[in-house]
Amino acid sequence: MKAITDQDYLSETKGKSERALLDSAFIARDERRAQLIERAFGFLCLIATFLPLCILAFLIGDTVISGLQRINLAFILGFPSRFAASAGIFPALVGTFYLMTLTMTIALPLGVASAIYLEEYAKDSWFKRLIELNVTNLAGVPSIIFGLLGLELFVRILGLGQSLMAGALTLSLLILPVVITATREALKSVPNNLREAGLALGGSKVSVILRVVLPLSMSQITTGAILAIARAIGESAPLIVIGAATYLAFIPTDLLSEFSALPLQIFQWVERPQADFVDNASGAIVVLLLVLAIFNATAAWLRHRQEKNRGSL
Amino acid sequence: MSTNYSSRCRSERITAFTLETLLALSAAISIFVTVGVLYVLISKTWDFFQEIPFSSFFLDTKWTPLFETKRFGIWSLVTGSLLVTFVAMITAAPLGVLAAIYLSEFANRKIRRVLKPLLELLAGIPTVVYGYFALTIVTPALMHIIPQLNGFNALSPGIVMGFMLVPTISSLCEDAIYKTPRYLKEAAYSLGARKMSTIFLVVLPYARSTIIAALFLAFARAIGETMIVAIAAGLKPNLTLDVREPIQTMTAYIVQVSMGDTPQQSIEYLTIFAVGTMLFLLTFIFHSISKLILRSRFSVTPL
Repeated sequence: MKAITDQDYLSETKGKSERALLDSAFIARDERRAQLIERAFGFLCLIATFLPLCILAFLIGDTVISGLQRINLAFILGFPSRFAASAGIFPALVGTFYLMTLTMTIALPLGVASAIYLEEYAKDSWFKRLIELNVTNLAGVPSIIFGLLGLELFVRILGLGQSLMAGALTLSLLILPVVITATREALKSVPNNLREAGLALGGSKVSVILRVVLPLSMSQITTGAILAIARAIGESAPLIVIGAATYLAFIPTDLLSEFSALPLQIFQWVERPQADFVDNASGAIVVLLLVLAIFNATAAWLRHRQEKNRGSL
Repeated sequence: MSTNYSSRCRSERITAFTLETLLALSAAISIFVTVGVLYVLISKTWDFFQEIPFSSFFLDTKWTPLFETKRFGIWSLVTGSLLVTFVAMITAAPLGVLAAIYLSEFANRKIRRVLKPLLELLAGIPTVVYGYFALTIVTPALMHIIPQLNGFNALSPGIVMGFMLVPTISSLCEDAIYKTPRYLKEAAYSLGARKMSTIFLVVLPYARSTIIAALFLAFARAIGETMIVAIAAGLKPNLTLDVREPIQTMTAYIVQVSMGDTPQQSIEYLTIFAVGTMLFLLTFIFHSISKLILRSRFSVTPL
C-alpha cells in the first residue's frame, strides 16, 4: 500500500506535465487556427464590400471608354437618325431638362407642404397615421405601376396624351414620397426650442414656420430635392408605359407636345441589334452619368456645408 | 382701435385656417394617389376578367396574348420574375450582409465615411444603365464561363440586379448592427469570445429581424425592377427554372406591350393591368412584411 515511491510520483507528474504541454500545444494550434479563420472572415467582409464597387468601376470605365469616342458636338446637338453615325441626343437631352423642371415645379411644393402639415400641424390622429401609411407604401410601389396610373389617369382620363405634362405628373407622383420623407427629416432637425422662442416673441405659427423653421431647414430640403430629382432623371419604366417617344425628330415646344428623355433614348439604342447603335447608347450613358454626377456632387457639397454649419446652431 | 385689432385677429385666424387646410389637402394627395393606383388596377383587371376566365389565367401554363392563339397563363411571367429575383438575392444577400458587418465592425471611421456613400452610389445608377451593362458586358463575359448561356438569360440581369440591391440590404443591416448595445458585445468579449464569435453569437442575432426585413425589402424591389430585365432577360415567357434560358418577367411584359401600338380596350391592352395587379400584390406583400418586421423590432425588448 505504502509502496508509492518517489519514482512513481515523479513519473506520474512527468506524465501530467507532458499532457499539459501537449494540451497547450493543441490550444496554441487551435488559437492559430482560430486567428486564421478570424482574419479570413475579416478579409471576406472586406471583399464583399469592395467587390461590387470594383465591378461597378470596371463596368462604368468600360462604358466611358467606348462612349467618349462617340461624344462630340454633333452627337450632343444632333437629332435621332436611322443611321447610327449621324444620330444625336439633343431632343432627349432637352426633354429630360424640361421634364425635370416641370416635375420639380409640381412635386416640390406638394411634397414640402405635405411634410410641413405632417410635422408642424397634424396631431397624432387617424388622418396623420393614414397619410404616413400611404407615404411608406407608395415608396415601395414599383415605378412601372406609377406608369400604369399615369397612362390611365393623365394620358386617357385627363386627356393629356403622351405629353410632357403627363410625364411630369407621373414622375411627380413617383418622387413625392421621397420629397416628403426628406423634408420631414429636415424639419425634424430644427430644434424645438427655436420654435418656442419664435412663439414666445409673439410670432404666429405661420410666421414661425416661414421665418424660423423653413430658413433653418432649407439647405437640407434642397439636398433632398436634388436627390429626388436625380432619381427621376434616371427613370424610364413609367415613361415607357405612358407611351413617351423613343424616337423624336423635334424639340418639345409646349406642355402638351410629345417628348423623349435620355434614359428612353438609351433604351431604344440598346435594343437595336447593330453594334453602332450600342456605341451610341454608351455615349448617351456617359452624358446621363455626367448629369447625375453633377447633381449628386451638388447634394454632397450641400450636405458637407450643412454638417459644418450644424455646430453653430 | 379695438375693433380694428379684433378684425385683424380674425382675418389672421382665417388665413391660418385656410393655410392649414391647404397643407392638409396636399398631404392628402398621397391618399389620393394610393386610391388612384388601386382604382386603375382593379377596374382594368375587372374588365380583363370579364373576357378571360380566372381558370385560364391561373391554370394555363403558356402566356401568349400577343400571338394568334392567345393564352393567358400568368405563371410563366411570375416564375420569370421570381427566377431573376432569386439570382439577384443570392448575389445581394451575402454581399450586403457581409458589407454591413465590414462597415460596422471592421472598418474605422474614416474608411466608413468614404465607403458608405460609394456603396449608396450602386443604388443611384439608373436601371437602364444597369441593363446596358448586363446585356453588353456581363452576358458576353459569362458566356466564356458558361458556353450554353443564351444571349438573353435570367442569370446576367439577376447578378447585375444583385449588385444594385447591395446598398438596400447593407445600409439597413449596418444601422442595426451598429446599434447593438455595447454592453452585449463587451459581455461576450469578457467571456473570452473572439470578434467573430461575438459577431455570430451576439451581433447578428440581435440584428436578425432587421436583416430579414432588409432581405424582404430587397426582394420586393427586385420583383418590381423593370429596365434591367426588359433589356437583358429576353421577351420569351418561359415556365422554366433554367437561368441560362431567355425568360420574360411581369415588368418586361408591360414594357413590351407599351412599346408597341396596342389599341385601347383591346385585350392586349388590358393584360398589362392584370399583370400590373399581380406585380403590385407581390411587391405589396413583401414590402409590408418588411415594414411590419421593422416596426415591431423596437416594441420587443431584446434579451
